[in-house]
Amino acid sequence: MDYTILVGGAAGQGLDTFANIMEKIIKRCGYHVFTYRDYMSRVRGGHNFVQIRFSDKEIYSFKDKLDLILALNKESYILHKERLKADGVIISHEELDEERHIKLPIDEIKKKIKNHKVLNTVGMGVILKYFGLPLNTGREVLESVIRKKYIEDNIIALTEGYNLIESKYELPVEKDEKIIINGNNALALGAIAAGCKLYCGYPMTPSTSLLTYISSKSNEMGIVVDQVEDEIAALNMALGASYAGVRAMTASSGGGFALMVEALSFAGILEVPIVIVNAQRVGPATGMATRTEQSDLRFVIHAGHGEFPRMVIALRDPEDAFYQTARAFNIADKYQIPVIILTDLYLADYSKTIKPFDYNRISIKRYIDREVKGKYKKYEITDSGISKRIIPGKIEGQIVIGDSHEHDEYGHITEDPDLRTEMVLKRMRKLEGLKEELEEPWLIGDKEPEYLIVCWGSTYGAVKEAVDRLNEEGISVGALVFGDIWPFPTKQLMNIGEKAKAIIDVEQNATAQLDSIIREETPFEADYKILKFNGRPFNGDEVYNRIKSIFNEK
Amino acid sequence: MTCKYELYEPAWCPGCGNYMIRTALKMALEELEIKPHEVVIVSGIGQAAKMPHYISVNGFNGLHGRAIPPAIGVKMANKELHVIVESGDGDTYGEGGNHFIHGIRRNIDIAHFVHNNQIYGLTKGQASPTTAMGQITTLQFDGVKVEPLNPLALALTMGAGFVARGFSGDIPHLVALMKEAIKYKGYALVDILQPCVVWNRVNTFSWYKNRVYHLPESYDYTNKEEAMKKALEFGDRIPIGVIYKEEKETYLDRFDFIKNGPPLVDVELNPLDAEKLLEEFR
Amino acid sequence: MDYSLIVGGEAGQGMDTFASLFEKAIKRCGYNVYAYSDYMSRIRGGHNFFNIRFSTENILAIKDNIDILFALNEETVQIHKDKVKDTGIIIADEAVAKEDNSIIHLKLSEIAKKLNNKRVANTVGLGAILNYFGVPMDIAAKIIKEEFKEEIADVNLKALEEGYKLLDTKYNLQIREDDKILINGNEAVGLGAIAAGCKFYCGYPMTPSTGVLTYIAKHANEYNIVVDQVEDEVAALNMALGASYAGVRAMTGSSGGGFALMVEALSLAGIIEVPVVVINVQRPGPATGFPTRTEQADLRFMIHAGHGEFPRMVMALRDTEDAFYQTVRAFNIAEKYNIPVLLLSDQHLADGVTSKKPFDLKNIKIERHIKRHIEGEYKTYEFTETGVSPRIIPGKIEGATVLVDSDEHDEYGHITESAEIRIKMVDKRLKKFELLKDEVKEPWHVGDEEPENLVVCWGSTYGAVKEAVENLSDEGVSIAALVFGDIWPFPTRKLLSLSKKAKKIIDIEQNATGQLDSLMRQEALIQSDYKILKYDGRPFTADEVYRRIKEVI
Repeated sequence: MDYTILVGGAAGQGLDTFANIMEKIIKRCGYHVFTYRDYMSRVRGGHNFVQIRFSDKEIYSFKDKLDLILALNKESYILHKERLKADGVIISHEELDEERHIKLPIDEIKKKIKNHKVLNTVGMGVILKYFGLPLNTGREVLESVIRKKYIEDNIIALTEGYNLIESKYELPVEKDEKIIINGNNALALGAIAAGCKLYCGYPMTPSTSLLTYISSKSNEMGIVVDQVEDEIAALNMALGASYAGVRAMTASSGGGFALMVEALSFAGILEVPIVIVNAQRVGPATGMATRTEQSDLRFVIHAGHGEFPRMVIALRDPEDAFYQTARAFNIADKYQIPVIILTDLYLADYSKTIKPFDYNRISIKRYIDREVKGKYKKYEITDSGISKRIIPGKIEGQIVIGDSHEHDEYGHITEDPDLRTEMVLKRMRKLEGLKEELEEPWLIGDKEPEYLIVCWGSTYGAVKEAVDRLNEEGISVGALVFGDIWPFPTKQLMNIGEKAKAIIDVEQNATAQLDSIIREETPFEADYKILKFNGRPFNGDEVYNRIKSIFNEK
Repeated sequence: MTCKYELYEPAWCPGCGNYMIRTALKMALEELEIKPHEVVIVSGIGQAAKMPHYISVNGFNGLHGRAIPPAIGVKMANKELHVIVESGDGDTYGEGGNHFIHGIRRNIDIAHFVHNNQIYGLTKGQASPTTAMGQITTLQFDGVKVEPLNPLALALTMGAGFVARGFSGDIPHLVALMKEAIKYKGYALVDILQPCVVWNRVNTFSWYKNRVYHLPESYDYTNKEEAMKKALEFGDRIPIGVIYKEEKETYLDRFDFIKNGPPLVDVELNPLDAEKLLEEFR
Repeated sequence: MDYSLIVGGEAGQGMDTFASLFEKAIKRCGYNVYAYSDYMSRIRGGHNFFNIRFSTENILAIKDNIDILFALNEETVQIHKDKVKDTGIIIADEAVAKEDNSIIHLKLSEIAKKLNNKRVANTVGLGAILNYFGVPMDIAAKIIKEEFKEEIADVNLKALEEGYKLLDTKYNLQIREDDKILINGNEAVGLGAIAAGCKFYCGYPMTPSTGVLTYIAKHANEYNIVVDQVEDEVAALNMALGASYAGVRAMTGSSGGGFALMVEALSLAGIIEVPVVVINVQRPGPATGFPTRTEQADLRFMIHAGHGEFPRMVMALRDTEDAFYQTVRAFNIAEKYNIPVLLLSDQHLADGVTSKKPFDLKNIKIERHIKRHIEGEYKTYEFTETGVSPRIIPGKIEGATVLVDSDEHDEYGHITESAEIRIKMVDKRLKKFELLKDEVKEPWHVGDEEPENLVVCWGSTYGAVKEAVENLSDEGVSIAALVFGDIWPFPTRKLLSLSKKAKKIIDIEQNATGQLDSLMRQEALIQSDYKILKYDGRPFTADEVYRRIKEVI
């Protein structure tokens, strides 16, 4: 079983609330859920929609075809009717010239209640009944989410909707042991689990929900959240906090990250650990504020003047977001470097059911020294390139000088050419350690595939579904899905690339940035590129079709 | 050619103060008989900053916080253009704070209309630099912990020659302010109070309506001390009108070749003019 | 013939005046001059020096060894003593390192005191050194008259004359025809911008880019150029884009750290398709790094700076002459494609003074690609075959308005969220990048036609590499160098053809990670066999490059 519900309407019609409640109800019934959100950049009006897909098997992506449309306005019906399956239904209060229409008698229902904003809840009741899901679960979730004064009306509305039709499906209720979470919340939970104590940022879609979520837990978890005047302040402020000894993070989207570039270079020479998130959206400049893209990869790898080590980690799904974020703090602390986390609007916003995070898997390693012998040297030259780190103010007689100039071991300005060379080498030696630290890309599908797909970050889900389908058809396909992406891990690719007949690069950008890294760092180059840059994410169907069309061309 | 301005379908929320501000802007430009192709609206990012998309003028819709620098570039390149900056409170006083301060020091001839609704709209309800201390927002769950910025007092301190406050709910008054600001030779700041119907439930239309009052006829806007008092008056009563005005030399006037010459954009370019520069290197 | 001089002392001791007079006197005798200044990031104290080399050959780098050391303090003697050739001399005032017998002590300050002006001591020294090289006094006297204000010219002339008496002539330089100019990289860029008709330059002072700002400011009134010292570099690029949008040629510049603040606006330039020229005069990073020293570590940064994908061109400047012509060309290309063109210079080139043929301004063309008339409604982002949309100036055509937008937009510049228009707009912008690939010039080829040893380098390492390659060639080594100027899009033709036959590829760069090598791997699937890297903040000397190539071949 595998069903998809679409709800569509204008901004301001409450789609978000609907989706949050609906996905939770279905999850509570024991199903795997995947919710994809498509919003315009406006506060009111326009057209937004949400697709909730659920199944008894794990889901990694959204589908093209729909089983049910809840149209909060006529436009939603017109825009999406083509995608409705022949046996699907449309639920709407609007007059539609459509056989599959279940009309909501909203005016009659409104007569029975005080609050009139219940259209969505009536639709929710209809949907539950249509799939044969229990009304009770719906009621429980509603009661837990909605403000008290609105509960009564909404329960009436839900029940009215529920009683409106006969069930088409009778879905069994299974035990529910999962959580449902989007990428940004998972990332935020990872940061909180890792002990992040200062988070600062400037609102910018799609990074804002990180700021909002962490802010909502600020008092409970003892985290300072500062809405800064601009992104230049953001990274500088986070560096100050980290220098003073707490784990700190900042986030933005590409345009805000662009303003952090100077301070990123500062982090490089300062050797103060920091985690920075770039939740990518469509560029250049303002681009498309509420649409997705993966076009900042080379930018974040090369951002900043001068040369210094950094690590770049691309997040692949909400589960990965949680664990990689926690790991990012450890790596930043271990090497005293900036670690950049790349996510994107698609992953930030889609929610998915997963196993609850295993907090026992998270260890916090700070690499902080509590005592030193002799005079402390912030930039002591060592074999690993890593100098001892102490917290300013914690050891009597010791001071910590962080410096943006080239400096000597104590952090004092120098212009000495030999010391300069030593310091550059010291910093760059950290890359050797980092390379050992790298996790190879996930290998999915065939272990020795004829066709090797390469991709990174949030395209994982769509590629995974496509590879599974192709494997089922007996086609030898495998995919390497890069998470750690700079320094670039090459071992798996070298092994598998050697034997593959062709390499297919799948990316959400126009210039195939991963392919350029592969050319640079390995002897390979992609034979085919499947690129998408219209602001909409890949899904499993599209990747499958486009891989198929490569085979057909041959 | 007429001086009529076309309006385009905006993506603002119904009831938004931006509609009134746009109406006032259109009326001001038409009454001043300025032709659409002679006006440039420079803006940043935010709901207010979408203005150049919704009225038929030249538009430079740039980056968040960065409206003032390109506006300066435009005016210096072509002094004949009427340059208007339209941006919100977050755009101007937050992200663009440094440009706001240093723009005033130049006293360049542009009219700056700040749509001040004391909240971030497009990013959904976070505090702006003008949000009151303690106000609950979608981000500041237990209230804003920083003090609000007073744009008028700051502008006065920096030496701005034209400082005014308007209200989106008083269109005739706003039209007059805008006309005066556009005609003013120098940097003219008009901070326009405006409700955000979705995200700011404190500073609503009636909140403003009940507080704003017109500065009386007798008010002397050339008196800086009085002006500072009025700039600081933001509570139960809020004055609207021209708070301070003085004639000052503008940035353009300090460049002889611009003041007494053609607009830079009309200067003929000829590489050979530069050949004499080689002499100092011989 | 080939001589080198070092003059060194503390900041504030007047080396720069001495150096510019000496360079000019030598050039007027008809010789090629190359001078590099090595200064510390401080206003007083520290150790600064000028290394001035002159020759009948075209030289663009300094040598390891020198013929004369003019020490203004004892520290200078200690630091540079070992560089003085056996045939060379050290001169200094009597008061400097009295005990040191290797120094020829001269009565510089005593003479100055007699002339009632302590500050002319260096001019006395200048006279002594010029006479040592046999430079006729009238040539030097003329320069003194040109360079000094009237009230102090006389006393300096007297000081010069006294100086001529202090040292005997050792080298009798033959006077040749002087048809050259003496210029540094920043001045050449500034001159190029003025010649190209740049009417708006804004920037924030940052070493070593400040020289461009200062040079243009000096001539601003004469050439109707607005020079705006902005509040920060974020303002700088945004402001330049405003001026360019309004129709004038505009430019901004900084060093890496300031460029880092322009990255957001660079992306803006990409999507609004407004032409602009930006120069990054590199210095060692990261962060503040070494403010007054040199490096080439921002290459990959410049190529990839900015969020999202958009076409840009990156040109590295190789010497002062190249700096001039490429700057002019940068403006033309920016306006032909409505894109940002990024110039990469560095402290070595910026401050290095070279003698060059006077720039040929007669053959410079200003190509603006601006339309004065249109039919129908104007579309800023009209879809065309080339991806380049016709450009008009706002305010110049009645009834036509120009809307540029940082959001993804339709042809008129209005915000859109349409998936179809988005694809067309990306394709339109990237088409320009395809055209740029034909616009780029192949690297300069120095040395053998079909070399066994192929050196690759870019930008200001040109001078040192050229000299080293020519010397090796003279010794019978089969060697050549490709010196990249246009570097993004990356021109591959010459590299591909020469590398096929080359046995060894040697990458020479002034950075620690071999950034050109990474570009070659990415764009040409070619990897260097050896890397000669330097990142101590000091430029390569020709001798050093020669030695280090020798080591690997």
